Amino acid sequence: MTASTDPTASADSTPVKTELYAISEQAAAVYAAAETALAALGEVVLETIPFRDEMTFVVERERIREIITTLRQDEQTRFDRLSDLTAVDYLPLGNEPRFAVVYHLMSRSNLTRLRLRVPVPEADPLIDSVTDLFPSANWLEREVFDLLGITFVGHPDLKRIVMPDDWDGHPLRKDYPIGAEEVEFSFNHEVIEAERPQSTAEREDRYRPERPVNNF
Amino acid sequence: MAIAPPRGNTAANGTQVVLTGDTMTINMGPQHPSTHGVLRLVLDLEGETVTRCEPVIGYLHTGFEKTFEAKTYMQGVVLTDRMDYLAPLSNNLGYALAIEKLLDIEAPPRATVIRVLLAELTRINNHLVWLGTQALDLGAMSVFFYCFREREVLLDLFEMMSGARLMTSYIRPGGLMADLPDGWTALADQFIRTFPAHIDEYESLLTENEIFKERTIGIGVLSPEDAQALDLTGPSLRACGIPWDLRKLAPYCGYETYDFVVPTLTGGDVYDRYRVRIAEMRESTKIARQALDRLPVGPVMTDNRKVALPPRAELATSMEALIHHFKLVSEGFKPPVGEVYTCIESPKGEIGFYMISDGTGKPYRCHVRAPSFVNLQSLAPMSVGGMVADLVAIIGSIDPVLGEVDR
Repeated sequence: MTASTDPTASADSTPVKTELYAISEQAAAVYAAAETALAALGEVVLETIPFRDEMTFVVERERIREIITTLRQDEQTRFDRLSDLTAVDYLPLGNEPRFAVVYHLMSRSNLTRLRLRVPVPEADPLIDSVTDLFPSANWLEREVFDLLGITFVGHPDLKRIVMPDDWDGHPLRKDYPIGAEEVEFSFNHEVIEAERPQSTAEREDRYRPERPVNNF
Repeated sequence: MAIAPPRGNTAANGTQVVLTGDTMTINMGPQHPSTHGVLRLVLDLEGETVTRCEPVIGYLHTGFEKTFEAKTYMQGVVLTDRMDYLAPLSNNLGYALAIEKLLDIEAPPRATVIRVLLAELTRINNHLVWLGTQALDLGAMSVFFYCFREREVLLDLFEMMSGARLMTSYIRPGGLMADLPDGWTALADQFIRTFPAHIDEYESLLTENEIFKERTIGIGVLSPEDAQALDLTGPSLRACGIPWDLRKLAPYCGYETYDFVVPTLTGGDVYDRYRVRIAEMRESTKIARQALDRLPVGPVMTDNRKVALPPRAELATSMEALIHHFKLVSEGFKPPVGEVYTCIESPKGEIGFYMISDGTGKPYRCHVRAPSFVNLQSLAPMSVGGMVADLVAIIGSIDPVLGEVDR
């Protein structure tokens, strides 16, 4: 009975679609504070993209360490935890520059998360390491270096982490074929060795661009 | 009769051998039984003291993140099982929540409650394997048998509802694979009723056991500051005195409506990690009990026909249902362009799924923030300065699953 006599229900009672995932007011205030704090560094925020209940800042590569330090030290933002670090290859989408390194920051005090996306060009795949700011970034940066071939300048021990040390190429790049190479056993080792591309350049020539990417 | 020359500092020819303090580099793993999988450690030892510990991983690297890009969103569920094979339902849940956020949908209430119930049962399942192997590493054989006895009951429950004991793939984007079968809730109820007594049984074997305490108290201590700097999550962080649990801090699936506490201790050593996990099993039993008691009636899959397969009966009569079925099976559903990061509290810590959709039926990129991977970075600071024999206890206390570390 109480439900049907809801005073707020209007006569036409058109169902209002509630947003399941929306940025809360508290989080919006933190994001505004973050923008203000970064504005002090100059034009470092290239774009702000809200999606569902999350916020992405596209920021400049050259000043990433300053940006992260500012966000960490600012009283209102306090992004003091790096929960994740990864990278994306935008080759098939044609985005320029080709790569983006993605930082997922979180504040332990106000529990807000912020994503920083840093475009990194293919010709010069370098970015400053944040290992000294966040020690947890150590293996995550090594993983990005291993699988996408982005170098982190200033990393204490930058080497491959999940692929073998003598591996050729970076598997998570979009021009790296999936399943195009046969699995190597002792009985077919010689056949595979004879057909193996001899260099990264040869591999890329062989698979780009006429062979569709990731298409079984 | 010749007398054998004395052993030790004197060589066979009688000269005195002076032991220099040279460090020795040795290799542990990747097939060592106490490394919980194919973890390899390069250790520098000075006598029996570890002076450097460098984990070498990648032996189980199967390229899950690359494979996700070639599968539809629904096919990707099976890959999540295979990452953390001790807690597949937790991984299913994190993946499903990420895709539901991309799609802007929500699972129906019954599915949400069953998800909580299963997430807690899988937490118990994970902690049972951890407890059994941790005790086995330290020489307590019987605990392993007791733990696996209860785990078998859980695996039977998982098999009953999903058809598979380990690779369940039961929690799917939009809801669940199917409703719980008849008789399932009665068996689950029986398990939840009897399980606290079993926890007492494990505790009676270990908690006040002098040998166990000698091997674990003050071993592998990590300060709360170091733990936060290394982004340790899960029970290991809570044993350092930080009450960090995403179920409380950023509730998902309605965890804010359940009554439970976050067990936190301050020792930061192997013993406290043990006690935190034991307490967590009790809390999980409490949450599972509440979920089972409030289980609502209703559908377990979203009614959004652009995501869920139409009911079998409609295929014979409705052209539209047939088209939806064909499109969903051949191409899969297509979330709008965007990117999300969704994380849940898995038994090991924060598991996060970073998904990018380019508007097609397959994820453009799916990155997994694996708790075992990040937590394993804490192994070196925990073990350096300790004895090599304690390393076995420390590895077990971090609870890494190498399938998830290497992905």
